[in-house]
Amino acid sequence: MKAPAATPLAATPSAAAPADAGRRDFCGRASRLGAGLMLAMAVPAFGGRPAARASGGGPGAGAAGTAAPAELNAWLQIAPDDSITVIVDRSEMGQGVYTALPMLLAEELEVDFTTIRIIAAPVGDAYVNVGNGGQITGTSNSVTDAWVRLRTAGAQARTLLIAAAAAKWRIAPERCRAQRARIENDRGLSFSYGQLALAAAKLPLPKDVKLKSPSQYTLIGTSPRRLDTPGKVDGSAEFGLDVKLPGMLYAAIAQCPVLGGRPRSVDSRTAQAMHGVRRVLEVPGGVVVVAEHFWQALKARDALEIVWEEGANGTLDNAAIRALLDHASATAGLVAKQAGDPGAVIKSAAKKFSAVYELPMLAHATMEPLNCTADFHADRCDLYVGTQVQQLAQTAAAEAAGVPAARVNVVTTLLGGGFGRRLEVDFIPAAVLASKALGFPVKLIWTREDDMTHDYYRPPVREAIDAVLDDRGKLLAWQLHITSPSITARFDPTNKDPFDSVIEYVQNYPYEVPNFGLSFTRREIGIDVGYLRSVSHAPNCFAVESSLDELATAAAKNPLDFRLELLAAKPRHRNVLELAAERSGWGRPRSDRHLGLAFMEGYTSLVAQVAEIGFNGGKLQVHKITCVVDCGQMVNPRIVESQIESGIVFGLSAALWGGITVVAGRVQETNFNSYRLLRANEMPEVEVVLVPSDAPPGGIGELAVGPVAPAICNALFTATGRRVRSLPLSAHGLV
Amino acid sequence: MTLMTVNDRAIDVDAAPDTPLLWVLRDHLAMTGTKYGCGMALCGACTVHIDGAATRSCVLTLSAVAGKRVTTIEGLSADRSHAVQRAWIELDVPQCGYCQSGQIMSAAALLAIKPDPSDADIDAAMAGNLCRCGTYPRIRQAIHRAVQLLMSGRE
Repeated sequence: MKAPAATPLAATPSAAAPADAGRRDFCGRASRLGAGLMLAMAVPAFGGRPAARASGGGPGAGAAGTAAPAELNAWLQIAPDDSITVIVDRSEMGQGVYTALPMLLAEELEVDFTTIRIIAAPVGDAYVNVGNGGQITGTSNSVTDAWVRLRTAGAQARTLLIAAAAAKWRIAPERCRAQRARIENDRGLSFSYGQLALAAAKLPLPKDVKLKSPSQYTLIGTSPRRLDTPGKVDGSAEFGLDVKLPGMLYAAIAQCPVLGGRPRSVDSRTAQAMHGVRRVLEVPGGVVVVAEHFWQALKARDALEIVWEEGANGTLDNAAIRALLDHASATAGLVAKQAGDPGAVIKSAAKKFSAVYELPMLAHATMEPLNCTADFHADRCDLYVGTQVQQLAQTAAAEAAGVPAARVNVVTTLLGGGFGRRLEVDFIPAAVLASKALGFPVKLIWTREDDMTHDYYRPPVREAIDAVLDDRGKLLAWQLHITSPSITARFDPTNKDPFDSVIEYVQNYPYEVPNFGLSFTRREIGIDVGYLRSVSHAPNCFAVESSLDELATAAAKNPLDFRLELLAAKPRHRNVLELAAERSGWGRPRSDRHLGLAFMEGYTSLVAQVAEIGFNGGKLQVHKITCVVDCGQMVNPRIVESQIESGIVFGLSAALWGGITVVAGRVQETNFNSYRLLRANEMPEVEVVLVPSDAPPGGIGELAVGPVAPAICNALFTATGRRVRSLPLSAHGLV
Repeated sequence: MTLMTVNDRAIDVDAAPDTPLLWVLRDHLAMTGTKYGCGMALCGACTVHIDGAATRSCVLTLSAVAGKRVTTIEGLSADRSHAVQRAWIELDVPQCGYCQSGQIMSAAALLAIKPDPSDADIDAAMAGNLCRCGTYPRIRQAIHRAVQLLMSGRE
């Protein structure tokens, strides 16, 4: 049995908002229910959690009575009051899926997009992202995955509504058409979708529906405002950190400062005695303090006296990590891709190009630190979490709670940034264990320092390139040997593919070269590494595009012409490069400015960037990034533009300052004063050029990150003759 | 008990005097629009107005705000009608949105004292608010748009 709600938390009743009253977010309470329940739940009735819980029991058990919405498929509910709710099965972390995915469905459904309501999908088989092999938001493929699926869902629903109307009128469906959320017939009569939804939901799903051709689009390709904006300008948007449950307690966690270490002994007497503290408990990997308020939990955590078992990493530092990779790189590695015989050509060449590029570890540094709220009951657990991996979150919580996975309801909140950090579930079990131990809902919050020093960092990578030019200065052989720890081996131990995602971008190497080689040596470093926005693309693009400029110099060619020559058979690629050159003033920079170019093909999209730099007091300054993108059909061009700007800022922070420093197994960067991110006053001008296209949509969330660093470094070389082969630029004293 | 005014309401809070205002707002008053980002006044996600001035609430103790007038994002307007909020909506500024309460509070405080800011004024006022999603270009545009909205309201 649960005890009564924790003592009222201090504010006077007249002044304090009720613990649960601040919830005005558009992504409403219906999303609080678990798999199987949610689809039966009436959206207008989702006013309170207790009611929602009482309604549990399966489809049809919703509390809405006659107002129950009809579920036309896994993504769409239409209620008798004509309200239309789209279930979005990808996590909103800024990339715009709560707008772009409903747009796909609405395009075929023929409804006013601005009236659509959104709820986050529960865990469910229908919501598996085929390309990612799970219910996963990542790899920039939310739109490409949904492109056919959600338009089909919209068209199916429209077809059902037409069939239902035709049946009521006893006329052929061909005499009906869908428009503005109504089905009209040729005698001028009409029904609203709400009037038809219940009947439509009883009809069998149509198998073959015809989707609109691009010329028929009225919504796709336009830029209606994001559906999630209003709640994000008035404070009502609910992130994981904002979840409020009756009787909820707060938790802070102490983790070993040495990565991979664990507590050896814990003296919690002082902490236990502190005001508001309810419990101190050891959990795998750390010690959790639960209190009535987070500040109390935090102070008590800092009063814990813990002797740590440091484990194997107590002497690890950046130099040791680098030495591990250097040493491992001497082994040949597994060949991932090969054309011609690059080894033989390079070996026999009189003159060859060799260079090693090195990329540091990076932290995700989402603005919202990791957090999770768990509400354990006797035989089940509700989990409120900003996650990119609903199924993995469910499994992690179930294991901690000791209940079957099906007994864990995962409620996905908005994510205050993901960037791959929320593909991990390391922060979830402690919240569940605390809730189970205390018998109350517990919100566990990592501090910024916890978040920064216990990340799954972007792996450090060593990229060695050997290349040969022919006697006309054209690329004859190019090979890359990547040495890196593996992300995939830890993230998905069932994956037996020996080639880690850290090599992915080079598998799409866009340039034509008769002798091509890509090989990979895996070398673990003792620290777990993870997926970070533009996983392989940023490190690989840095090496590829830096080497291309170095080779162009060796061939005495303009870097633009050198690339165009290697893309002779690819007009779409050439167009992007040529546009970037045109828009950036390539070949005619202003007197005190210098230009550098980089290109990338990734996520089924193309991107070219030109960095315009100058110097101020000997320090490099980025003045402008011109960025041309061809990502196929755009669903919402304004969101595409935002994401490109976003990727550029992400790439700038990494290029200029990004780097994690390990000393004695401890990460030295702890907060934004030591892990520097670009600020508003440091923002260069950005010009984004989007190429119109009706090719299938490509990804955009990670696309623009990679070319930033090589474009800047190529500009630096043009300006000074100095070639920088490792990042960040701050490590070279350049910024 | 500490007495202060939050969004024009007198509030009596029973919390340790060293509790940062941020956590008082979030945990005691259930006003979660103000965000935790760093705890060291480095990121600006926790920005509120204290007697009208943009202030980082994560390093401001409850005892320091006794008798002061606190405005949070929830109190900026009742209906997203503040010019800064309108401009933010018009330009679809937020991406993940987590930092935006702080951005908006900093922008609103700027316009209250500088109704016609230059780009340099904007940079100076907004340099303390980090955005990992990189909404900076739109924030700048939106502040200029808010200026227009405010000016046209005075016509």
